[in-house]
Amino acid sequence: MLELDGVTLSRLLTATTLIFHVIFATIGVGIPVMIAIAEFMGIKKKDPHYLILARRWARGFTITVAVGVVTGTAIGLQLSLLWPSFMQVAGQVIALPLFMETFAFFFEAIFLGIYLYTWDRFKNRWLHWLLNIPIVIGATLSAFFITTVNAFMNTPQGFDIIDGETVNISPLAAMFNPATPTKVFHVITSAYMTSALILAAITAFIILMKKGTDYHKKALRLTMVAGLIFAAGTALAGDLSAKFLAKEQPEKLAAAEWHFETESNADLILFGTIDENNEISNEIRIPGMLSFLAGNSFDTEVIGLNEFPEEERPPLWVHYMFDMMVGIGMYSLFIAGLFVMFMFIKRFNEWNKLLLMGIVASGPLAMMAIEFGWIYAEVGRQPWILRGIMTVDEAATTSSSVGIAFGLFLALYAVLGFFCVKVLLRMFKNRPPEAELEKRFPGGTLDS
Amino acid sequence: MSLEVLGITVLWLFLYGYLIVASIDFGAGFFAYYARVSKREHIMSKLISRYLSPVWEVTNVFFVFFFVGLVGFFPDTAYYYGTALLLPGSVAIILIAIRGSFYAFGNYGSKDSTLYLFLYGATGLLIPAALSTALTISEGGYLTEDENGVTFLAGELFTSPYSWSVVLLAIVSVLFISASFLTYYADRAEDTESREIMRKFALWWSAPTIGASLLVFAGLRSHNSEHFGRAIDLWWMFGLSLVFFLIAVFLIQQKKKYGTAFLMVMLQFFFAFFGYGASHLPYILYPYITIEGSVVNETMGTALVTVFILGLCLLIPSLYLLMRLFLFDADYVKGKK
Repeated sequence: MLELDGVTLSRLLTATTLIFHVIFATIGVGIPVMIAIAEFMGIKKKDPHYLILARRWARGFTITVAVGVVTGTAIGLQLSLLWPSFMQVAGQVIALPLFMETFAFFFEAIFLGIYLYTWDRFKNRWLHWLLNIPIVIGATLSAFFITTVNAFMNTPQGFDIIDGETVNISPLAAMFNPATPTKVFHVITSAYMTSALILAAITAFIILMKKGTDYHKKALRLTMVAGLIFAAGTALAGDLSAKFLAKEQPEKLAAAEWHFETESNADLILFGTIDENNEISNEIRIPGMLSFLAGNSFDTEVIGLNEFPEEERPPLWVHYMFDMMVGIGMYSLFIAGLFVMFMFIKRFNEWNKLLLMGIVASGPLAMMAIEFGWIYAEVGRQPWILRGIMTVDEAATTSSSVGIAFGLFLALYAVLGFFCVKVLLRMFKNRPPEAELEKRFPGGTLDS
Repeated sequence: MSLEVLGITVLWLFLYGYLIVASIDFGAGFFAYYARVSKREHIMSKLISRYLSPVWEVTNVFFVFFFVGLVGFFPDTAYYYGTALLLPGSVAIILIAIRGSFYAFGNYGSKDSTLYLFLYGATGLLIPAALSTALTISEGGYLTEDENGVTFLAGELFTSPYSWSVVLLAIVSVLFISASFLTYYADRAEDTESREIMRKFALWWSAPTIGASLLVFAGLRSHNSEHFGRAIDLWWMFGLSLVFFLIAVFLIQQKKKYGTAFLMVMLQFFFAFFGYGASHLPYILYPYITIEGSVVNETMGTALVTVFILGLCLLIPSLYLLMRLFLFDADYVKGKK
């Protein structure tokens, strides 16, 4: 039985907020890119279909942005409310990217407001398209800055602690710590990929249900091509991340792979179960693959968990999170690749029912992979909040009201989630794109 | 100017910015709801939504900016306020979350939902009350510290006359600021009917604003006489605030120059807010945190200031663009765009 002390409750509350927020944050980073691409295609090809697509995506996006903004505000404040001692240190060392993140957010917010209300205000459509640039930059930079903070928690550097005092601070070294490049790369590509796949899943669903029109077919082709490119990027980023872990944070990779003895030619373990004596059964074992994953050669020595004192090891259940993340990542690459291949090779039918069903599944699966990946990344650095420096127990609030706060926030996220879905469904259900097309572009052409 | 004074001035400016834009926003939500239940919606809600739609996200950023900046410049604040504000802070976040999302749900999703509008309108008045507890706590007396850490004395806060006077001031100020802005906005939109309603609101809420300010002063005197003394030394700032208030009310009463009148309201709150802030120094949280004692190390401080200046170079033109397109574009305000 889990003991619900202040530390556990603080962890639960932070986890709940982040698990909820990351859905909207991922969409918030990726959808602007997709909107920009669709609008670009529309103007370039003089095709009103793509313009309607951009407009409809943007309209749904406003709802998710709102929830993203408010839950982002929540986590921003909760960092100080629940982890005051951590923020005291972080304030000294990592305030810079936190501060810059709000600038990026500010920048995005201003231009998103302008973008949404100026669709018909400029004669030259390219002027309106240009507004996408600050939005995409703002969204992606927010992800970049906040990810550097998380990277810092994994591989803290840029300061020394002498007699309990934080000294010799270098803000840039803290920001550009060893974990930053791979983390940022992985976060951004996977957010783009997930957003593309979610939009694709919605479109595929409509085509399955009532045989989509040209509009839907164009939308699916666009999102799947983008999805394939981003999935390939995500796979590359994931591979680089594993190599990074092997080098800089070996206990995290070892926990993910149930790898106890330091050895070369280490096996990769897929799924399986583990008992209290760390005996593994029911697994699929790929000989030497972990070494290959860690360093592109079967001879690479991979550090095992036994090198670490027991109280500094992450929980072993992160293995499942890791496997599911990687499994879904592979599936995304496969399904997007298949569709794009069918699209180009004429004798295959890319509107094949089975394939479409596979695409419908890929959207929610990708979002689940984001969650699994984050859970793996976060739980994988337990017991540390600042790896090697501060444990989560030392950082948590001493307040006795965390339980009440947890209950309140749980209720809040349930309400927000429910209404968000309800409003989004309502928004699109009785407004088919064809009607909108006829209304905005009578005759089906762009008047320029 | 030393780093810590520069830091707190910048942060205070942002909090002032939030005070103004959020007040307009919070009040507008309340008035929009009022218009719906008093069946005057067709007149006012369009006007309000025309103003709010493009700016609601920006309002929120001012607030995020303030607290991220505060923790950045003064990391000790995270420790004390973080521990003390867990409950009031959580309540404020939840209210802000409900308000922000239901605004979007109502405005972009289903415009006819009275429930959404109610949640949006009602929370608008509760948020200032929740947030103002942070200011109250900053006066000291609501926290104790021992070897187990910081403890928040919720009971003290709930029974303190000073605390309630601050809440009262927060709420009436919101209504007053918002009404005077919307009077101006309605006037620009040449929407006489809405203007008259808002004008009455502005005049109606003007007297309570001053009354509540006096109450706060009286409360401060008994709660933290040291701070009260420093405020008296800065009497001229509060005097100027009162002068600008009188000019604003006069103009609104005379149905003249609503734009100038709103500017006067902004100046009124500028002097009151900065007078309060300046007299609060050197304490950020009495008596635990002073600005000198808690300021971030110099390297980080310099980096923050540099980024801040660069950020402003980006933000000011962007905000200007936003205002040009929506606030000062006569055709947009009148609903022609």
